[in-house]
Amino acid sequence: MRGGRSRRSGPPGEPRLVAYLYLAPALLVFGAFALYPLGRTVQISLFDWDGLTLATWVGLGNYADVLQDEQLRGAFGHAAVLVVFWSLLPLLIGMVLASVLHRARVRGLGFFRTVVFLPQVVAMVVIAVAWRRLYAPEGLVNDVLRAVGLDGLARGWLGDYTFALPAVGLVGTWFETGLVTILLLAGMGKVPQELYEAARLDGAGRVREFLAVTLPSLRGEIAVALVLTIVAALKTFDLVYVTTSGGPGGSTTVPSYEVYRRAFELGEVGSAAAVGVTLTAAIFVVTVLVTRLVEQRDER
Amino acid sequence: MTGRVSRFERTTNYLVLGVFAVLALTPVLSVLVAALGPDDSATAGPVTTVAGLHVGNFAEAWDVGQFGTYLRTSLLVSVLVVAAALVLSLLSGYAFGVMRFPGQRALFALFLLGIMLPTEAVVVPLYFDLRTLGLTDTLWALVLPQVAQSVAFGTFWMRAYFRSSSRAVVEAARLDGASHWQVLWLVLAPLARPALVTLTVLVFMWTWNEFLIPLVMVTSESLRTAPLGLAFFQGQYTSGFTLLAAGAVIVATPVVLVYLVLQRHFIAGMLEGSVRE
Repeated sequence: MRGGRSRRSGPPGEPRLVAYLYLAPALLVFGAFALYPLGRTVQISLFDWDGLTLATWVGLGNYADVLQDEQLRGAFGHAAVLVVFWSLLPLLIGMVLASVLHRARVRGLGFFRTVVFLPQVVAMVVIAVAWRRLYAPEGLVNDVLRAVGLDGLARGWLGDYTFALPAVGLVGTWFETGLVTILLLAGMGKVPQELYEAARLDGAGRVREFLAVTLPSLRGEIAVALVLTIVAALKTFDLVYVTTSGGPGGSTTVPSYEVYRRAFELGEVGSAAAVGVTLTAAIFVVTVLVTRLVEQRDER
Repeated sequence: MTGRVSRFERTTNYLVLGVFAVLALTPVLSVLVAALGPDDSATAGPVTTVAGLHVGNFAEAWDVGQFGTYLRTSLLVSVLVVAAALVLSLLSGYAFGVMRFPGQRALFALFLLGIMLPTEAVVVPLYFDLRTLGLTDTLWALVLPQVAQSVAFGTFWMRAYFRSSSRAVVEAARLDGASHWQVLWLVLAPLARPALVTLTVLVFMWTWNEFLIPLVMVTSESLRTAPLGLAFFQGQYTSGFTLLAAGAVIVATPVVLVYLVLQRHFIAGMLEGSVRE
């Protein structure tokens, strides 16, 4: 903090008071519409409340339900399954894709980047409408299956007890793979070329090159990709709301959908708040854990 | 270097590239194709294929689905959120990035917390408290919560920009006798244009695509945003896919257009800004 001293020796006291004035408008809106409601969510989560009549204090009862209630436990279990589809699969595919693309300069990379990143900017509701159509009994997915002779597999994917959740998950894989690929590709671009040249001179093939040079250099990008995609998986709401509404029979319900359903459809506001707090805690834990990966790298 | 990669490998790469491009585009294109095809809701029998592009579907969706109203609401909400978030983030980012004051670290940590905060964590009391105040089903209920979320990221974003690039400039301007206010608006804000464009693009996209807040906060049809309108249209309009697809295209187009023009800013912002929520 070398710069700090000179600034502090400016007009006495001036920067201090002024800084708060610059901060005040943002802090006011942020406090009133984000921090204060967060506190209120925690408070509400300790009550049994239907949103209309008087609330009853239940302490941690709503949180005990998160652990015991089958529907709620299921919702968090489904979120964990979605993490595999939204985060781990895209990371694996993105790794392969990015290292293939990075090793050989191919033409049309700009076009490719634009295309695979496109899903990220389209509203999730639009994506949900598109995939509902693809998954329909007479939709493209089944058309393709029948075309290759797998008629037996064809079904209404989103209405199927076993396959609805993986089907929702695959939409996430489709959605996140482009983001992860481009993130990793950007990271690979920052790795000094000499490292690759040295590896190649040593006769390293694709795989050795990848394990010895690429992977260790990409810890930061991998961490960012994991945080972004895991958090997105945990928060999946629009997609579930539009495609399955948690069905069939609660087989695709997720925590964020339970927050909405309990608070605004079932009148179990306290329970909804507890689910919201638990979800938020899960997101914080994931973010902190994965971010520590990056910091370890920076210390070296 | 490129010469060392074999022709076989190069061909494989193009193949992989092509397959993934097709996979990425198929769902998007299938909607576009359906939207431009003949209306499939009128004919119950065998599909009568009429050649040509049926651009009239968009006009019909616009009328039947009231997408004109939804777009107007979305545009209004997005402009208000973006404008407020930009001004507030410039001010707070300047305070964090250029000035020193007690409690700086703790306050900044609060904003960082806001970046991670999911909508699900605040939406329940927001609805019930705003209802008590009579503010649900108003523009305020759509705009203010989203300004709050965007300003957390915006503060983080502008602070990083001000810290990295402007020490010397600020000190020179201060020595010339400029006030903090003048330094910010006359010197730094114009220089920060690239950072501001990226922030604008991101906040616009997040606001345009937001679903949970409009779903919870709004009941009157005139205040429905475009994604919300589309979800309701799907629920009500079950015969045929053509008009639904046309509606979906209408909802997606504004952000996609901005993306195609300013994609550098999109990608840079998503990759560097990383964790918003």
